[in-house]
Amino acid sequence: MKTMLGKRAVSSLISLFVLIVMVFFLSRLTGDPAALYLPVDASEEMRQNFREIHGLNDPVIVQFGRYIGDLVQLDFGESLRKARPAIDVVLEAFVWTLWLALITMALVSVAAIVVGSIAAFNVGRPFDRVASVLSLIGASAPDFWIAIVGIVVFSVSYGLLPTSGTGTVWHWILPIAVLFIRPFGLILQIVRGSMINALGSPYVKTARAKGVKNRPVIFVHTLRNAMLPVITVIGDQAAALLNGAVVVETIFGFPGVGKLMIDSILQRDFNVILAAIMVTAIAIFLMNILIDIAYALLDPRIRT
Amino acid sequence: MTMTDTSDTVRAEEDPAKPVSGLRRVIAMLWADKLAFVAALFLLVIVLCAVFGPMFLQDMAAKTNLRARNAPPFELERGFFFILGGDALGRPLLARIIVAAQNTMMVAAGAVVASMIIGSALGLIAGYTGRWVGEAIMRLADVIMSFPSLLLAVIVLYMLSPSIANLVLVLAITRIPIYLRTTRAEVLEVRQRMFVQAAIVMGASNFRIVFKHILPVILPTLLTIATLDFAFVMLAESSLSFLGIGIQPPEITWGLMVSQGRQYLTSAWWLAFWPGLAIILTTMSLNLLSSWMRIALNPTQRWRLEIGAKKNG
Repeated sequence: MKTMLGKRAVSSLISLFVLIVMVFFLSRLTGDPAALYLPVDASEEMRQNFREIHGLNDPVIVQFGRYIGDLVQLDFGESLRKARPAIDVVLEAFVWTLWLALITMALVSVAAIVVGSIAAFNVGRPFDRVASVLSLIGASAPDFWIAIVGIVVFSVSYGLLPTSGTGTVWHWILPIAVLFIRPFGLILQIVRGSMINALGSPYVKTARAKGVKNRPVIFVHTLRNAMLPVITVIGDQAAALLNGAVVVETIFGFPGVGKLMIDSILQRDFNVILAAIMVTAIAIFLMNILIDIAYALLDPRIRT
Repeated sequence: MTMTDTSDTVRAEEDPAKPVSGLRRVIAMLWADKLAFVAALFLLVIVLCAVFGPMFLQDMAAKTNLRARNAPPFELERGFFFILGGDALGRPLLARIIVAAQNTMMVAAGAVVASMIIGSALGLIAGYTGRWVGEAIMRLADVIMSFPSLLLAVIVLYMLSPSIANLVLVLAITRIPIYLRTTRAEVLEVRQRMFVQAAIVMGASNFRIVFKHILPVILPTLLTIATLDFAFVMLAESSLSFLGIGIQPPEITWGLMVSQGRQYLTSAWWLAFWPGLAIILTTMSLNLLSSWMRIALNPTQRWRLEIGAKKNG
């Protein structure tokens, strides 16, 4: 387990480094920030001065060396737009996204496991059919479209929910509902399949034959074994939630890291993009480790 | 295997004049799963729209008509193609959806085919050749996998200029690891089987072993994944077009149509609704077809569909 963690950490670090190199050089190709941040009638001298202050006059390779040098001292540079340390800007936004993702994934996991298990106990009955169709629709629907339809129905027609911002609890309902749908559909299908497998397995049959009561059979024998593939998928979906977060945050004006990334790319705020990528990648790495630990807790065979 | 063989002979006896053709057998198996049948039919219609739609409807889809601006749906007085309503410039929505099918399908098909070919080729190399090359290829896949694919596409597309070619390229790159990992895992397993060992012993060339013995075994898995992935790529393209960094006007895709309809949400919901529905129905059909393929392409499971086909037919 420990050597595996170490290996993971090294390969993740390499992946992250390649990503940073790629984005660093690609982002310098998008254009000159001076053209964006100074007024149109700024003199050439002012532009030169701006580039000098932000170190944009050096060759790109020198800029990169300086960036990496600062990075190992945990200095992520300044945000051009906000004139504050980039990492502060990113972490602020990241907390919003983290909450959004945590609440959504908690709801999704509970709902998918409950509904999926009930469906597995009633294979072929109406409940199972309805759950299967719903999960199929959920897995197929584009999130931005659901968001728009949600706005039309709940905000425009009935005026029940606000369309953007984060002020009250009501502001969170639509974004969470939209993010909820796709992972719910996918995880539900996995839970159902895995539960059906576990219910037909020899150890469950043995337990039933021994006269174990229904409740322990479900919670100890079946559910615990059926959870292994489910946990993997929950981990994948939690990472994929960031995909949805870009779209959902943009539509609902949610100040999370997805919206921040898009904004800072548009505004050529290079340091913020890179810091956001690093923070996200580290978060995904930590989450994968959590998944591994959960896996080990459930499956004694891995605990070596 | 035996189940398939017997059902084949039974069918051949029923109609001794000609052997059961491949196509008829596929249709019979589709018919056994009614949902998959409907899905396949729907996809066929979409493909026909994508291929022939722009040829016939391009002009109509581009012709503005200010009197039909935001025309409500379900009214036939302006002609059949206004049945879903008109857009902000009075262009018939149905015609636009049909024309947009081409770009939507082309981007998704391009990305899926490219990532499948490159991914499975790399997977074959990684699984079949030495450890060192394989490791290097797998690490490359890890780099791509380490970050959410849509986020990666957003970042790269903002930096490159958004065009159809770049869109296909970016989507293909983000999907390569899926095929790479599956192919490699399957190759590692299939390589150990008796018939491959036998071919090696008989002195078959590497080329022959890979293409004649290994690839046919893993192709069904790859095709099933590709069908599912097509839906995913379509959703990704729609999201990117929706965010304004995918397809650029005057080209249209369904995702872009949803995005253009967004500003008229309060007054004309149908502008964003119909193209979104087209996306949902297509991805749903692909999901259904993929789960059908998982059974139909698996020789040990196929009998389920063939028995069903006989019962119904």
